[in-house]
Amino acid sequence: MTTTLFDAIQEVRKSYPEKRSAIIPALRLAQEAHGGWLPEEAFREVAEALDVTPAYCLSIASFYDMFHTEPVGRHVVEVCTNVSCALSGAQAVVDAFERELGIHVGETSEDDSVTLRAVECLGGCGWATVVAVDNRHRLHVRAADVPGIVKELGG
Amino acid sequence: MSTPEIVFAGTNGGAVTELAEYEAGGGLTALRRAREMTPDEIIAELNASNLRGRGGAFFPTGRKWSFVPKPEQNPRPHYLVVNADESEPGTFKDREIMLRVPFRFLEGCLIAARGIESTHVFVYIRGEYEREWEVLVHALGQLRKGKHLDGTTIVLHRGAGAYICGEETALLESLEGERGQPRTKPPFPAIAGLYASPTAVNNVESIATVPPIIEMGGAEYAKLGLESSTGTRVFSLSGNVVNPGNYELPHGFPLNELIYDVGGGIPDGRSLKAVIPGGSSTPILTAAEAERVTLDFDSLSQAGTAIGSAAVIVMDDRACMVQLGIRVSQFYEHESCGKCTPCRVGTRWLTQILKKIEAGAGTHEDLDLLLDVGERINGTCLCPLGDSDAIAVASYVAKFREEFLAHVAEGACPFHGTSSLDGVVAPTDVHAAHVGPADIPRPLEVVA
Repeated sequence: MTTTLFDAIQEVRKSYPEKRSAIIPALRLAQEAHGGWLPEEAFREVAEALDVTPAYCLSIASFYDMFHTEPVGRHVVEVCTNVSCALSGAQAVVDAFERELGIHVGETSEDDSVTLRAVECLGGCGWATVVAVDNRHRLHVRAADVPGIVKELGG
Repeated sequence: MSTPEIVFAGTNGGAVTELAEYEAGGGLTALRRAREMTPDEIIAELNASNLRGRGGAFFPTGRKWSFVPKPEQNPRPHYLVVNADESEPGTFKDREIMLRVPFRFLEGCLIAARGIESTHVFVYIRGEYEREWEVLVHALGQLRKGKHLDGTTIVLHRGAGAYICGEETALLESLEGERGQPRTKPPFPAIAGLYASPTAVNNVESIATVPPIIEMGGAEYAKLGLESSTGTRVFSLSGNVVNPGNYELPHGFPLNELIYDVGGGIPDGRSLKAVIPGGSSTPILTAAEAERVTLDFDSLSQAGTAIGSAAVIVMDDRACMVQLGIRVSQFYEHESCGKCTPCRVGTRWLTQILKKIEAGAGTHEDLDLLLDVGERINGTCLCPLGDSDAIAVASYVAKFREEFLAHVAEGACPFHGTSSLDGVVAPTDVHAAHVGPADIPRPLEVVA
C-alpha cells in the first residue's frame, strides 16, 4: 500500500470517536487511489489502516451505490431516470449516450473511457435531466447535449 | 408576489458563502443571543415557534430536543446529527439551502447543539452532493478561523449513496460504520442514538430555520403560515411545469397558485393530470383535488395525502399511471435495505405485478393483488420505506382505476408508446439484465 493512502485514512479517522465510523471516507479514499473502483487489494489496505477485516470492508462497500466492486471506465456517466427527470426526457438522454458510446446502460466502453449508468434520484429534480459526470452534476441536460459531453470525455 | 423569506433571507436570489458578507447582513446575531440563553430557554423559543420537522415527519423540533436527557441525567456525550442525506425523489431543497445559506445552516447547528447541551455535531451529507459538501467545508473553515465554534466540533460526514440512510436510525448505523439498516425503536435516538448516547437528529431546513427563530422570537415566527403549520417552507417544484425550482412560501399557500402563478403552469399546451405533493412517498392527487388543497399539514392530510418533504411533482396528461407506478416501485425496490422481508420481497413483487399490467397481461385479480401485497407491507417493517411504495402505488390504483382497467381491457398500454414515462430504464432493470430475466424466481411462485 502507498503510505499516502494509509496516512490519509489515519487523518480522517481522527474526526471520529470510533474507528469504524471512518469506513466510508476510508473506502472513498481507497477507491480514488485505485482508479475509481475497489479491487480486493483495496479492502486489504483499508482493513490494515483501520484495523478491521477485509470482509467487513466489502460488506460496507457492497451496501452503498457509490462504491464500485467491479472495474469502471476512466469516467463514470450517471443519468438520473427517476420520476421528475423521466417526465422531462431522461430516457432520451440515456438513449443518446447509448448511441454515442455504442454501449448499453451498465456497460463500459471498449476503450475503457466511459462507464454509463442509470441511477436513482440525484436530487436535482427541478433542473432535469440531471447527469453526474464523475460525480459533478450537469443540469438541464438534453439529448442534443450528449455528443458534446461524450466528445469532452474522449469517448 | 411578496412572501416572507426566512431560510433564504438576505440572499437576493443568490448565495452568501463568505462569512464577512453573512455577518454584514446580521449573521451570527442569533448565535450570540443563544449563547446568553440557557438550553431550556432555547427549547422554549422553539416550542413557541411550533417549528415542525422539515424532513418529512413534521415532528415538533422543540419537543424532540426536550426528549434529550440533561447531562446530569445521562453523562455520556450528547450528539447533534443533522440529516443532510436528502434523497426523497422530487426533493432538492436541502442542497440549495447548503449552497446558498451555508452559514445560516451552520449557525443553526451551533444553536441546536447548545439547546441539547452537546458539543459534537455530525452533518451526514449525501455522498452525491459534492459541491454542497465543498461549500460547507469552506464555510466551516471560516467559522473555525473566526473562533465562532466555541469548543464545538462539527464533522461534515459524507454518505456513499443509499436512500435508506435518510431514515434516522439507518443514518446512525451508517455513521457508526455499519450497513445503513434501520434499528428497532425504542430506544429512540434521544435516549440511545449515536454510539448509544443521547442524540437529536434534525433535517437541514429545520436547522437553518433555527437562527431566524431565535432572532425574531418564536412567537413572531409562529405568526407566519398557519396556526397548525407555522412558518415558511422551501417547496421543491418539478416535473411538467414551466418554471421548476425551489420556492420558499408560507405554509397554507394554495397548490394551484404554486403550479400556475409561481411555476408558470403546464408547458407545451398540455393539461394537468396529477400532482404528487410531498415527495414520491406521498399519495397522488388528481388535477381536480390539486385545485382545492393548500400546502400545509392539515389540508393535505384531509385530502388523504401528506406534505412530506414538500416536493411537488407535477404531471401532465401524457403520463401513464401504471408506468408511474413501475418507476416509483422500482425506486423503493432498489433502495430497500433488505432487512425486513415484507419490504425486500414486497417492493419487488409490486414492480412485477405492475409490469405485467403494463405489458397488457394483467387481470382484474392483479389489481386486487397489488393492494393485497401493499397491505401486507404496511406497518410490518422497522421503517416506512416499504410502506411508501405500497401507499403510493395504492393511491395510483385508487385515483386512476379506470386507466389501470383500460390496460386490462385493451390487453395493452392505452398510451401505445406515447406516454412521457414510456420505456424508462431504472437501475433495477440493469441489475435484472445482469442476472438474466429467466433466472429470477417470481415471488408468486416462491410463495406457492
